[in-house]
Amino acid sequence: MPRIFAYIVHKTGVADDSAAELLAAAKKIDATAIPAAILTGCGPELEAACGSLGSGFGEIWKVANTALAYPNAELVRQALVRILSPGSIVLVPHDHFGIDLSPGLSIKLNSAFASDVLAIDGIEGNFLKLVRQEFGGQVSTHVRCDISSGAVINIRPGAFKPVPSVAAAGLVVDKSSEVGGLTARRRYLETIVAEAGDVDITKHNLLVSIGRGIQEKDNVGLAEELAEVLGAAVSCSRPVVDAKWMEKSRQVGSSGKTVKPKVYLACGISGAFQHLAGIKGSPFLIAINKNPKAPIFQVADVGIVDDLLEFLPELTNKAREFRGVAAK
Amino acid sequence: MEILVCARRVPDTSENEIELNVAGNDIEREELVYSVNEADNYAVEEALQIRDRVGGNVTVVTVDGEDGEEILRRELAMGANHAALVSDDAFTGSDGRGIAIILKTFVEKGHYDLILTGVQADDGAAQVGGMLAAMLDYPFASLVNSITVEDGKLKVSREIEGGNREMNEIDLPCVLSIQTGINEPRYVGMRGIRQVASVPIATLAASDLSVDANAVGEAAAKVRRVDYFVPASGKGAEMLHGSREENADRILELVAAKGGLK
Repeated sequence: MPRIFAYIVHKTGVADDSAAELLAAAKKIDATAIPAAILTGCGPELEAACGSLGSGFGEIWKVANTALAYPNAELVRQALVRILSPGSIVLVPHDHFGIDLSPGLSIKLNSAFASDVLAIDGIEGNFLKLVRQEFGGQVSTHVRCDISSGAVINIRPGAFKPVPSVAAAGLVVDKSSEVGGLTARRRYLETIVAEAGDVDITKHNLLVSIGRGIQEKDNVGLAEELAEVLGAAVSCSRPVVDAKWMEKSRQVGSSGKTVKPKVYLACGISGAFQHLAGIKGSPFLIAINKNPKAPIFQVADVGIVDDLLEFLPELTNKAREFRGVAAK
Repeated sequence: MEILVCARRVPDTSENEIELNVAGNDIEREELVYSVNEADNYAVEEALQIRDRVGGNVTVVTVDGEDGEEILRRELAMGANHAALVSDDAFTGSDGRGIAIILKTFVEKGHYDLILTGVQADDGAAQVGGMLAAMLDYPFASLVNSITVEDGKLKVSREIEGGNREMNEIDLPCVLSIQTGINEPRYVGMRGIRQVASVPIATLAASDLSVDANAVGEAAAKVRRVDYFVPASGKGAEMLHGSREENADRILELVAAKGGLK
């Protein structure tokens, strides 16, 4: 059985929630596995992050280096390649950092790479049995991953439920001296925080949220009218922002805003996980989509299969009656 | 600047509903409409805009069967200078690593300062760009949503959580994977595609590129798709089957009952 490692993302001295998810994923590879955690960084924040890690990891590998103060994937990769032995299985969260790090890491380790994995069905011989999705979650696939020379596995955030562990917290092992000097041809400069938009979609009880199904910019008004009558805000999914039909500040999802409304009206949104990742607090989710097989219907509370461009005006008319607002 | 864009032809999810075939071993490909992968098209547009600012050439390459020519024509019509189809039966069934190996041999035939890919294909894994960079030993940045050229280097921003942007300086040559929304890809009509109908497209096989046939194709793939399936859904949504009017009434009741109007 190859040794399993989890790359732990941490911020301000605290390990990310993904640590527990990677631990759960490791247990799906091998129920008896006691993976090792790897944390890179420097200073008191790194020390604190190592200490913040819960139980379940056999060892906690600490890589302290001032060059790693910010997790630049190129530098982290160099460090990992120097400390990992061939054949290791490395678990990484599939977020903007994992997307940056893992494909190249797999090449440098001469191991397999499996991206955005949402379930693991154990090992059969030299093969790890995995589940992935394609086409924005419209279909799933079983994947066989040859781990005979190791593997880097990117784990979808939220896909693995943390499991309680009885093991004691692991011992911190300082690997810093094995890493040595690090040089990058890509240098981190700064983080530019997203601009606040005209409307704060994180503060509303009701969101009328539109996706690709709105079809064109001129139709955004249909959602705005409805939102106005209901005292809601209009939010959207990524394709609407890509097409420049709405501002980035209106986007719900892992690369946009995280929202916690009471009711979420998903209009023409297919339901890709990156979008769903931005909806927290289990709102009542109503989905309207003309595709009866849209993945959004698997997570919605109530669904309607209809043409958005016909349904929204009807809903707005009814909403005016309901709210006692005169039609314009 | 000499820019290479790696693009791919995929089933167009805005034109098709993706369904399983009867055997369950693939998606139903009869009557599927294919187009250039969305993020790849943004990558081509970005390459054209950089070229128009600083000069140089844009080459678009795809690894595909002969149908790959369709998307190359489209990208030529957008304004790419050159297009190349890399095609060989030996490439069939390659995983991401295999595709990166093939592209590496293509890159080594030319002299490119900048290599762009789309961040991810609709049926892909967001992997080929990062793998290609590691094989070439070039620096890499993923999820890139802006590029400026400064003194023989690039300043790029990456899309990170919460709509924030991570700014980086990156040396050339490098590989960048381009996020959707970075620009507004120009429209290409049938007329534009007809105008480039006679532009030659280079076609290269394994032997033209000195690809090690043992390193690519299905036999070399470390990661293989076994089948497609649609997972048994959880409880799923309660579907409303009333008239449009009835459904609208019911939604308003629910919105009110669940606290949406407070």
